[in-house]
Amino acid sequence: MRYLPHTREDIDAMLKVIGMDNLDDLFKTIPRDCCSLVDLNLPAPLSEWELDTHMNQLAGTMAVSPEYKIFLGAGSYDHFIPEAVRQLLLRSEIFTAYTPYQPEISQGTLQTIYEYQTLITRLLGMDVANASMYEGGSALAEALLMAIRITRRKKVAISTAIHPLYRRVVRTYFTPTGYEVVELPFGRDGRTDLSGLGSPGEFAAVAVQSPNFFGCIEDLERVGNAAHSDPKTLFITCFSEPLAFGLLKNPGSFDADIVCGEGQSLGIPRAFGGPGLGIFSAKQKYVRSMPGRLVGQTVDKDGRRGFVLTLSTREQHIRRERATSNICSNQGLCATAATMYMAFLGGTGFRELAALNYDKAEYLKGELKKAGCTLPFDSPTFNEFVVRFPGGADATCKQLLEKKIIAGLPLAKYYSDLADCALVTVTETCTRADMDLLVKEVTS
Amino acid sequence: MKNRIGTTGLVFNEPLLWEQGATGRTGFSMPRRDVDPAPLDDRLRGDGPDFPDLSELEVMRHFTHLSQWNFGVDSGLYPLGSCTMKYNPRTNERQAALPGFTGAHPLLPPELCQGALKLMHDLEHYLAEITGLPAVTLQPAAGSHGELTGMMIISAFHRSHGGHRSKVLIPDTAHGTNPASATLCGMRPVPIRSNDQGILDPATVAELMDEETAGIMVTNPNTLGLFEENIREIADIVHDRGGLVYGDGANMNAIMGIVDIRAAGVDVLHLNLHKTFSTPHGGGGPGSGPICVTDRLKPFLPVPRVVKTGDRYELDDNAPRSVGKIHTFYGNFGILVRACSYILSMGADLKKVSQLAVLNANYIKERLRDVYHLAYDRPCMHECVFSDAIQEKNKVSTLDIAKRLMEYGFHPPTIYFPLVVHGAIMIEPTETESKDSIDAFIDAIRSIARESADTPEILHEAPRTTKVRRLDETLAARKPCLKG
Repeated sequence: MRYLPHTREDIDAMLKVIGMDNLDDLFKTIPRDCCSLVDLNLPAPLSEWELDTHMNQLAGTMAVSPEYKIFLGAGSYDHFIPEAVRQLLLRSEIFTAYTPYQPEISQGTLQTIYEYQTLITRLLGMDVANASMYEGGSALAEALLMAIRITRRKKVAISTAIHPLYRRVVRTYFTPTGYEVVELPFGRDGRTDLSGLGSPGEFAAVAVQSPNFFGCIEDLERVGNAAHSDPKTLFITCFSEPLAFGLLKNPGSFDADIVCGEGQSLGIPRAFGGPGLGIFSAKQKYVRSMPGRLVGQTVDKDGRRGFVLTLSTREQHIRRERATSNICSNQGLCATAATMYMAFLGGTGFRELAALNYDKAEYLKGELKKAGCTLPFDSPTFNEFVVRFPGGADATCKQLLEKKIIAGLPLAKYYSDLADCALVTVTETCTRADMDLLVKEVTS
Repeated sequence: MKNRIGTTGLVFNEPLLWEQGATGRTGFSMPRRDVDPAPLDDRLRGDGPDFPDLSELEVMRHFTHLSQWNFGVDSGLYPLGSCTMKYNPRTNERQAALPGFTGAHPLLPPELCQGALKLMHDLEHYLAEITGLPAVTLQPAAGSHGELTGMMIISAFHRSHGGHRSKVLIPDTAHGTNPASATLCGMRPVPIRSNDQGILDPATVAELMDEETAGIMVTNPNTLGLFEENIREIADIVHDRGGLVYGDGANMNAIMGIVDIRAAGVDVLHLNLHKTFSTPHGGGGPGSGPICVTDRLKPFLPVPRVVKTGDRYELDDNAPRSVGKIHTFYGNFGILVRACSYILSMGADLKKVSQLAVLNANYIKERLRDVYHLAYDRPCMHECVFSDAIQEKNKVSTLDIAKRLMEYGFHPPTIYFPLVVHGAIMIEPTETESKDSIDAFIDAIRSIARESADTPEILHEAPRTTKVRRLDETLAARKPCLKG
């Protein structure tokens, strides 16, 4: 086997040094009643070429563009990824390294993460960002738990216009400890309805997503003011589409305390939902309550600039049961990909690409309206929106599959009062011709 | 030593991203604009991020230079204990990069994603076969995420069988993630001391285990590299009092095809695909932390479950006792593809993997025992733990030894962990290292032992050949500078 370098002679020589006769002797401290009695029943090893055939076949069953025209987003977006990002990520000094515990020989990883933290704070308008979390849903759960730790309150309010799957992850995280989640409804404009919030005094945090699951841009000023009407309550905003902040005001400008979300849009393939990138940022005053790793700048013995993991007394390997989270490995390589992606785009490119996404989505919205579809919400959106197809959501989406068009996400499974609607997403990868085809097909 | 691997190469300086570039440059091929600009309310419009503008070549050079400051498994021996830094096969990268996998949307209708579902179903089956535990979820995104999921399952089990249990037993040798994960589930960790042999004593467990205790978290082999020989008896004690046994499988690389985890009495086990199953560590993730459970815990696994009916695969969300969703979608699918590729490449040779990993560690242990203090003088599994007790007399510490190893061209072992060994040096070579490579490492660290007596100042000053020298961590923590 090409990954196992030992020759028979090597094994004999090594056993001799250890003072054993055979490999089985190495395991004699393991009691018999713990041992496997039979050989592993796994398929016979495949050669590299056989494996290629097997995997080609599995991957070949998957519906992907360009064969399919895909208008499905809902937290996982199709954006162009420059070949240069893919090529750089293949440098094995980057992907075969581990957590930079030894900073002198990990400056590449450390400087990259420092750059990542910086670009994320600039994108979101926040003071500090960590080295990453797993993904959007668990990042939101950790943000809410952080607010609970800071305020010592046991209840949070979250908008039902937050991604329904993020909310399910939050419920999972909250169940064992019994913390309470109060869900705020959405109004007829598709934005969070705060009228039932009352006094936020009992809440550790008020959380919304913007752009929200329906693509609608929340009135963050109003939500922030409502949350902060109690000075202790934290205002949390999350997102699933960070490209939006190339066009829209960033969450930091609305005085958000914690901003978190999914960064898959930033140069990371959809990969059937993972690995993605949990982005996590906060105000400076909360830095010591944050979960996750942080990289900081310092100097070496000779006074040269260098970077290290820092403020680790928050973390599990030092603080154990009193840590701010159990997180250890995060999504380092995905954060690296995002840093590269943001660097290739630059500020100018990022703004231009965001505007293009918005303009294309507005074009499709307009054409669908003209063709007789209705839009249940009238709030401004970024690159996705809810639409009511004349033939119903489920039926239309199913019908269009035959033409290799995935028209959007039918919402019946997630919102019973939007059962006849679908969430349609447009990115820069959709051409005007693709959109015109969709309009023609849904209204024909 | 004949020829030291470590040397100074051609290493470039590289400024931070925003210290270079010029506004108006770009490294991105902007898609054609085929629609008109649409109006947007000015109150919503922002300024966009203050990112530097660079050309494609500038960005390529930037990250190429940075990569040259890193040590990876492809650079050399990376004996980081408990991290299993084995070779990351390139064919795995090829499979994960197939457009059918990378381009797949997670909410595709099942008939359009059969290949991904089959791969997940197969991988669950292989992991069940390898561990002996019949039901598997692939959803946790990392080992610690798997621990959290496992403890949630234990918590849900107790809630459905008489109520919440507030405590959990955790050995003093455990990774810090164990107590942190238990705390997230509202359990108070109760530390258990390991005995003078470095393992758990059933009598100590019996003393602490009661009806308020949810169970025990055991890393086996433990972080001293020793097999917990009393695991079966300990499991019986815990089970007799209604508790469950959580197995931390971080060190599974030692026992594949050798130990039947279910026979050992473990109810829930997490695996680290980025350790045992060769997926790259990525500079700190993404990992993947599947958990394997007994039949009676299967109803509590996260949803959705991949189910097979006839020849068709589906995602089943209907499991009323499930803990729920732990990840927005199905976990780190791209990592699952790599691990599945590895298992398909190895087959039953996975047992050989464990045998050779243990052989390598024991060989290092025997070859270094005369010059470094061995914390526990017993046959080890896949890693061995020394300390700086001998070198300390010359005012040389574990940190000095680690830093000097860099100048010899090796990544240092895990240091100062486990906490029960003062000045611990935890060496895990993995099976993919040849005898030649291990001999070179042994020569280096033996040579350092000599230097610690003869010329300790060289060790105190190390490393000098790296991009930067020892960094001021106190300054970093006292005056945090977390962005530029």
